Amino acid sequence: MKSKTVRRRVITAVVYALLLGFGALFFLPFLWLVSTSLKADDAVFEFPPYWIPSRKEHIKVEGRLRGVYTMEAQGEQLKVVRLRDTPAGTHLRVLEPKSRAGEEMVVKNAQLAPVRHIFFRWENYPRALKTFPFLLYTGNTLYIAILVVIGTLLSASIVAYGFSRVQWPGRDIIFILVLATMMLPDQALVLPRFIMFRHMGWIGTFKPLIVPAFFGTAFDIFLLRQFFLTLPGELSDAARIDGCSELGILWRIIVPLSMPALATVALLTFIWAWLDFMGPLVYLNDESMYTLALGLAAFLGRHGADWSGLMAAGTVVIAPIIVIFFFAQRTFIRGIALTGMKG
Amino acid sequence: MTAGDRKRLAVGLLFISPWIAGFLLFLLYPMASSFYYSLCRYPVLKPPEFIGFGNYARIIHDEYFWKALGNTAFMFIELPLMVVLGLALALLLNQAVRGMPLFRTVFYLPAIVPVVASAMLWLWIFNPEYGLANVLLTKFNLPGLRWLVDPRTSKPSFIIMDLWAVGAGMIIYLAALQGVPEHLFEAAELDGAGAWQKLIHVILPSISPVVLFMVIMGMIGLFQYFTQAWIMTNPRGGPEYSTLFYALYLFQNGFEYFRMGYACAMAWILFVVILAATVIILKFSQRWVYYEESR
Repeated sequence: MKSKTVRRRVITAVVYALLLGFGALFFLPFLWLVSTSLKADDAVFEFPPYWIPSRKEHIKVEGRLRGVYTMEAQGEQLKVVRLRDTPAGTHLRVLEPKSRAGEEMVVKNAQLAPVRHIFFRWENYPRALKTFPFLLYTGNTLYIAILVVIGTLLSASIVAYGFSRVQWPGRDIIFILVLATMMLPDQALVLPRFIMFRHMGWIGTFKPLIVPAFFGTAFDIFLLRQFFLTLPGELSDAARIDGCSELGILWRIIVPLSMPALATVALLTFIWAWLDFMGPLVYLNDESMYTLALGLAAFLGRHGADWSGLMAAGTVVIAPIIVIFFFAQRTFIRGIALTGMKG
Repeated sequence: MTAGDRKRLAVGLLFISPWIAGFLLFLLYPMASSFYYSLCRYPVLKPPEFIGFGNYARIIHDEYFWKALGNTAFMFIELPLMVVLGLALALLLNQAVRGMPLFRTVFYLPAIVPVVASAMLWLWIFNPEYGLANVLLTKFNLPGLRWLVDPRTSKPSFIIMDLWAVGAGMIIYLAALQGVPEHLFEAAELDGAGAWQKLIHVILPSISPVVLFMVIMGMIGLFQYFTQAWIMTNPRGGPEYSTLFYALYLFQNGFEYFRMGYACAMAWILFVVILAATVIILKFSQRWVYYEESR
């Protein structure tokens, strides 16, 4: 019996070790993102880097900014300012301890360690957000995402109803066709769609990004159908006897009962629309209509070396997604459970 | 067909009519027209001109096409890594220890980071001079690498970045693990099965349909590998064309070189390749995928 509890403890310890190890690996890039986003330029380009943003102390001596260092001399810790380098050695002036302040010396091969202070350069954020019209792009992205969500909810619930709550010959065969369309690579369809939308005069408008959502996407139809199938058939039968139309049943009975599934579809669609890169890249050409993802990519193209600014912009784009995820975790997980259900 | 059948058929078709319209307009028509364009010389600004199978013949002799196909094939190393790592982490997160919700969140977070933002972040991580990747290597006394700038390490760099987002698959495996029927475990325990045997004989067979689904979707995703390469390589597809992936080359042909017909031919080759790969995977899956008897 005792060996079993020992074994159990060893297993728990191994599990925690693995969890912490992998957790650190997954989390490290986020720390790196935020850490860089708060660094001053000279701190960004330091190797090895400091995780906590900091900067070297400088003071003005004889009209110029000079670095402050600590060094050890005859067992005493000194704080010095570096005045100049000469062939004879490094010229230093003592700042601390107070008893020796002002003393100057020339040291050969001095072991100088820069004095650092924690320094968060918050201006990186407003600076990064000023380099591209952040609010405009957020507005564009929101506009597209919200209309896509509305279109998807409307169309997917109507179509899913037809695939689950009404019995008709050939239904399940056509449904397999719906599933098969999930496998068509968007990348291969983007060219002919572009040509088609160009003929329709829709290039340079939001329409190619929004309108298709009103025709139902296979994944969302699939998800909602799975959920609608779990609702008891007697509900519809009773309503039919009362003379309710099919659309009425969908609207008054199925939709109110399916709020959790609809919320999942809304959330997944919203996030997908928020992240989409290729669609906006192909269909939008006016910079004032860019989405956040496009704006971010354009920012990267133009200011490729401004790492602190780029990381600040990245943090601003990533943070809302993480916040949404924290608040909507259950809705999210439910969607995954639904896709796993057998139909 | 009875009158009731006919009425239900009409109602059913009416309800799915938005999908039918969308299917015709945004799927079937583009596919059919792209097949026609693939038989044309079509420099976008001029109308298409029929040339038969010329584009396909030129593709076969296009060394960049083969390079792109080879690069994409290389990325398939990622597929087994994603499955094994995703499953292993899902098993780890399925243990009953305290604080698990926090770990699950941390493991999953990278999967919801927008691709553009994560591409930017990893570009900085892979920076040859100041990046985190080389910081870690030097911590272990290893020499720093040139990552995305070196044709030998550029594709592996992409694979490392993708593995960071393994949580997307992991969470689906986790959901599948939690759906494994309890009575199977009880039966295995009665037979005296150890943890390893339970994994091999109960867990893996039970979730094998999910693994199959993920393998197929992962395969399709790899053929569409685009955004990361578009954003993170400069010149695009570099260095030395080592990250010229299929979807990237297709996109460049269509929108940068204005060879729409050529690009549509590439798209059709992609359809056929994906279809063939799916058929092959499904064929082999009969050996390892276990379907519960339908109830």
